[in-house]
Amino acid sequence: MDLAFTKEERAFREEVRQFLRDNVLPEIRRKLAEGRKLAKDEIAAGARILNKRGVPTWPKEYGGAGWTLVQQYIFEEEVRAFPAQLTFGMGESLVGPVIYTFGSEVQKKYYLPRIANAEDWWCQGFSEPGAGSDLASLKTRAVRNGDRYVVDGQKIWTSGAQYADWIFCLVRTDPDVKKQQGISFLLIDLKTPGVTVRPIRLIDGDHVVNEVFFDSVRVPIENLVGEENKGWGYAKYLLGNERFGDAGVGISKERIRLAKELAERACVRGARLIDQTAFREKVAAVEVQLKALEITQLRVVASASKQQKGTQDPASSILKLRGSEVEQASAELLMDAAGPYALRDLSQEEREGRNEPPVGAYGAARSAPTYFYSRAASIYSGSSEIQKNIIAKAILGL
Amino acid sequence: MNFDLSEEQRLLKDSVERLMLDSYSFGDRRKYQTEKRGFSEAMWARYAELGLLALPFAEEHGGFGGGAVETMIVMEAFGKALILEPYFATVVLAGGLLRLGASEAQKAELIPLIAEGRTKLAFAYAEPQSRYDLVDVETRAKRDGDGWILNGSKDLVLHGDAADKIIVSARTAGDTRENDGVGLFLVDADAPGLTRRGYPTQDGLRAADITLERVRVETANVIGDPAGAFPVISRVADEAVAALCAEAVGSFTQMQAITLDYLKTREQFGKKIGSFQVLQHRAVDMFVDLEQSRSMAIYAAIMAVESDASERERAVSAAKVQIGRSAKAIGQQSIQLHGGIGMTMEHSVGHYFKHVTMLDTLFGDAEHHLRRLAALGGLSGDQRME
Ligand SMILES: Cc1cc2nc3c(=O)[nH]c(=O)nc-3n(C[C@H](O)[C@H](O)[C@H](O)COP(=O)(O)OP(=O)(O)OC[C@H]3O[C@@H](n4cnc5c(N)ncnc54)[C@H](O)[C@@H]3O)c2cc1C
Repeated sequence: MDLAFTKEERAFREEVRQFLRDNVLPEIRRKLAEGRKLAKDEIAAGARILNKRGVPTWPKEYGGAGWTLVQQYIFEEEVRAFPAQLTFGMGESLVGPVIYTFGSEVQKKYYLPRIANAEDWWCQGFSEPGAGSDLASLKTRAVRNGDRYVVDGQKIWTSGAQYADWIFCLVRTDPDVKKQQGISFLLIDLKTPGVTVRPIRLIDGDHVVNEVFFDSVRVPIENLVGEENKGWGYAKYLLGNERFGDAGVGISKERIRLAKELAERACVRGARLIDQTAFREKVAAVEVQLKALEITQLRVVASASKQQKGTQDPASSILKLRGSEVEQASAELLMDAAGPYALRDLSQEEREGRNEPPVGAYGAARSAPTYFYSRAASIYSGSSEIQKNIIAKAILGL
Repeated sequence: MNFDLSEEQRLLKDSVERLMLDSYSFGDRRKYQTEKRGFSEAMWARYAELGLLALPFAEEHGGFGGGAVETMIVMEAFGKALILEPYFATVVLAGGLLRLGASEAQKAELIPLIAEGRTKLAFAYAEPQSRYDLVDVETRAKRDGDGWILNGSKDLVLHGDAADKIIVSARTAGDTRENDGVGLFLVDADAPGLTRRGYPTQDGLRAADITLERVRVETANVIGDPAGAFPVISRVADEAVAALCAEAVGSFTQMQAITLDYLKTREQFGKKIGSFQVLQHRAVDMFVDLEQSRSMAIYAAIMAVESDASERERAVSAAKVQIGRSAKAIGQQSIQLHGGIGMTMEHSVGHYFKHVTMLDTLFGDAEHHLRRLAALGGLSGDQRME
């Protein structure tokens, strides 16, 4: 047993570093380092650069880099540390794998290169007002009419729909069978007449999620993925990737780093907050949880190649569950470090480019929105309660 | 022992709750927020009519002679409705400084103005370096003939941008963080040399950063001893914490009610989500936090007027620890149990969550007060010292 990476893996890391130094645009690096958001075309440009040697998470035959999970892990770490932006979103991470696993040859040829070249931005149309945790009770209808489906209904909480070109949807194609058996997986061009996207503002003040309405939207039947009424199976595959993949280790590390930076500048009765035992112990406690998570993730990554096809290391099921808790704990550290300076809401001034406070105050002012938003981590892609229900049943056999 | 309200206190509670019910729905609040100063001037006038702005002041100055329990009643109702008006800044903070520190002449002049709703005040105590430490004052006041000249920066002045007058803590002597040498100065908001930069706070209220550059203050506008005001500041801060605890309990009460209601109406998997045992236990945990907080808010209100500083500080810190911890627990659970809808600006529960999070950071968060309480030997006192 050895925690160190192999010689080949270390060489791969060096190669990735060199690649990032040679290719990532300095202004993108700077923006990310300052914690600023990238515009859509900057993300697209960045994705084109990172995907030069193929999409990091995809197999070679579909335009992927064909890397092992360990290599993907190293790549992600280096990209975060650099920093460069990570992916072109849900196209790469969610719908791409569904298309190359279950899609037709025509679909693979058309959609995959467009995702890899960052031409199409995708969003996920699963949740509905009445179908959150109970996703299978979704009601958005798709009725077959000749060579078209006519889609009516509503999706909600659709992240990034305001930027997206396409939405992958779960729709009901058969209302008369058991609810899981009447669902299909449909790709819909958001420019189709009858689609309306409306923003929802979240408590951190940001516009991340949307409502998407479908009013007699005509979708070619070629846009059906796999077989009609088999969509629930594809969705489960996708949700498995979404829920059991990402532990958010990078996000938590970054938050802890920021909290420490704030605490170095913060002054308590003339001493630095970072030098206070109580604060240090709190940080250390979160770091312990994070390290345990990171090693668990490494175990999962390392064992993946040895797993039988179609099975997963049971430990992978705790990654998202625990990961969201650690993300939230690290956001609380940010609040502790910012203290009263978290009070200011400078988002308006930031949006208007008017703010010139020192870096410390900027960081402090971002603490509260980060804390507020962090609460979503235990709600989206399957709430923690639902994760626990699934693990209790599927892993523990209860 | 008696936890019952007196007849008068019950009337007060009824009338302020009635006002909130009639005029402070979540929709009303949203409207008030878009008004010029970020709150409702009309509501301010209603508070004056009802006597709320006169509540804690002595009758001889036009007040109602209310105590900490009366303030608790009002703040709890305000916390339930999540009010935007500068009641805390004007009546509790600045009003407290005047009540406990000002001369008869000053009180006779200013308190009627506050009580009638004609003057709003703010208290500028925090500085860029001071964090939660009220005595960490670098703003300087220098003698200048028969007056004073103030120089310095004040941060996070609650409702500082709406105030007509601002009470500023400034150092007339001593080094930063010395108890002696701090004075209180009443400054007109439009005094030459005073600049304000107002901004919204994370919970949708208002605050300002203030710069003082050679701001002149006449001797008549010094509140109390120019080198000995710290005991007054620290008493007012303790009363303020008690008031914030009551406000938080109001918000907790509402969050708990909203969440309970949601558990009883939202359906998933063909059932009310409140039928899932794991969520029932969460609701019970919230209820426990709420009741423990209510008890500690009462304790803080009763102890906030205690003259023994150490007794008072221990009690008030203990209450703030409870409130800060419960703000996290109740706040986080109420969002979690709502799922996605709890994360939106459209739903009220997230606004409560943000407000109680900010209440935790005002006048010291739970960690700060835990340290202070521990340093004072805990609630039962330091055994070795007795
Ligand atoms: C920021 C954000 C981004 C999102 N992005 C997307 C997106 O891009 N695309 C998309 O399709 N969806 C997205 N979602 C939606 C997300 O997947 C849902 O919010 C989530 O599935 C929960 O559903 P709900 O909000 O309807 O809550 P509900 O399902 O109503 O849950 C309410 C509460 O009940 C609990 N609960 C429900 N059932 C049970 C049970 N059986 N046992 C115990 N507890 C239970 C839940 O855990 C929760 O605490 C996003 C959500 C957020 C907050």
